[in-house]
Amino acid sequence: MKGVLATAVTAGALLVGLAAGQGQTEGVATESATDLPTLLIPHALSSQSFPCSKCHRHLTPNREKRTLELAHTTISLRHAETQRWCLDCHEGDKLRLPNGELIDYDRSFVLCGQCHGTIFRDWKVGIHGKRTGAWNGERYFRLCVSCHDAHQPRYKPIEPKPAPVSPAHIK
Amino acid sequence: MDERPRESGTSRRVSRRAFTKGLALGLGAAAIPAGATAAVDWDIFRQKHFREMTEEEIKRTIERLERQASRRWNRDVRISTAKAIPGVVFGAAVDASRCIGCRRCVYACVEENNQSRNPQVHWITVLRFRKGEKWADLHNAEKYYEPSRVPEEGYFYLPVQCQLCENSPCVKVCPARATWKEPDGIVVVDYNWCIGCRYCMAACPYGARRFNWGEPSVPAEEVNPNTHYLGNRPRPRGVVEKCTLCIQRVRAGRYPACVEACPVGARKFGNLLDPRSEIRYLIEHKRVFRLKEDLNTSPKFFYFFST
Repeated sequence: MKGVLATAVTAGALLVGLAAGQGQTEGVATESATDLPTLLIPHALSSQSFPCSKCHRHLTPNREKRTLELAHTTISLRHAETQRWCLDCHEGDKLRLPNGELIDYDRSFVLCGQCHGTIFRDWKVGIHGKRTGAWNGERYFRLCVSCHDAHQPRYKPIEPKPAPVSPAHIK
Repeated sequence: MDERPRESGTSRRVSRRAFTKGLALGLGAAAIPAGATAAVDWDIFRQKHFREMTEEEIKRTIERLERQASRRWNRDVRISTAKAIPGVVFGAAVDASRCIGCRRCVYACVEENNQSRNPQVHWITVLRFRKGEKWADLHNAEKYYEPSRVPEEGYFYLPVQCQLCENSPCVKVCPARATWKEPDGIVVVDYNWCIGCRYCMAACPYGARRFNWGEPSVPAEEVNPNTHYLGNRPRPRGVVEKCTLCIQRVRAGRYPACVEACPVGARKFGNLLDPRSEIRYLIEHKRVFRLKEDLNTSPKFFYFFST
């Protein structure tokens, strides 16, 4: 399944994505297959995108909360930071659920859904988050992390497009 | 005795009519410069109302319009006449708790639907409201806001476009029957039938209709050549146009352009007759409201709060 997904990501083609999407729903362990819609995720991330163990297998875990200075300097945790630190969600090359189960990065929404249950429910039926594609057929879902930075999830303000020309200035 | 006057009366009427017709044609011909005569397509004067045309007549009309459109925009323009899908009534929604007022939908709509860039025509207006105020005051809402970043603290935003009224005041007032509600709920305008009286604009309680005050201009490289007769095909000056929910896209199974452009996923769209559609789910599970419900226009455009 991972192989199919990797092909889908590299090819980036809709039809290949469709096959990968079906593979993904089959692979869902914690949710029953009928619970989840067919996922067509553009640029899905997998554990290969985050080879943590490349460096971390040489390091002893430091569970102390601190400002990261040697690596990951761009990460500043603004996501219930008083209650958690790296190893609450990361373990090896995987993501860690509160019950200790490890999941791949392409299914990170399961981890998010552990706290944000109501939003997870809305996302599954297509209310939370953006959908593209066909209103009566296959549609693209985004992962939570496609729009929210997992470490600073609040949506950043963006620049608006120009205001309309007022009637007085239309020639 | 009775026959003669009537006969003579008829012949006099006919001759008067023939004379008037001849005069009109003569004037028409006189108005056209000699060199341009070949370029004039006289079929435009013989075109029937869109809903009264036979399949053959529609085909001929579309061929002519495609030829004209391709010449005008210097592109290979295709005009679809795709009919409403049976068993489908479209509904749209905006998540009032998520919209950040960035106007991405406005400009995606302009590009998709070939709206005039100059003079500017926008089918969508995004209104800004101060939180906690008498917020339903649509007519005094700010639409020219221009901060450096949105959303701004203390404000919320509502995009307004055609509200897909089930009971459309704009359709009722049209003296030419140039605008009507399609079976899938989309209110459309036939630009070849619109006389530009703007009664519909006065009747629309949502200010959703736009008038082409000048000759619409779209840069050739920005033209969207996939058009629909009742949607984003080229418009002449002096006709009314409006949001058609991207009729050329939705009848081909795609989401409207504004839905796909929204960066926060606040726009929702679907078939109101399908109990498993997104739009039905949010109507059944979220707090929804519609604009000016008291007017009994019964819009199929919903605003909801996802939180």
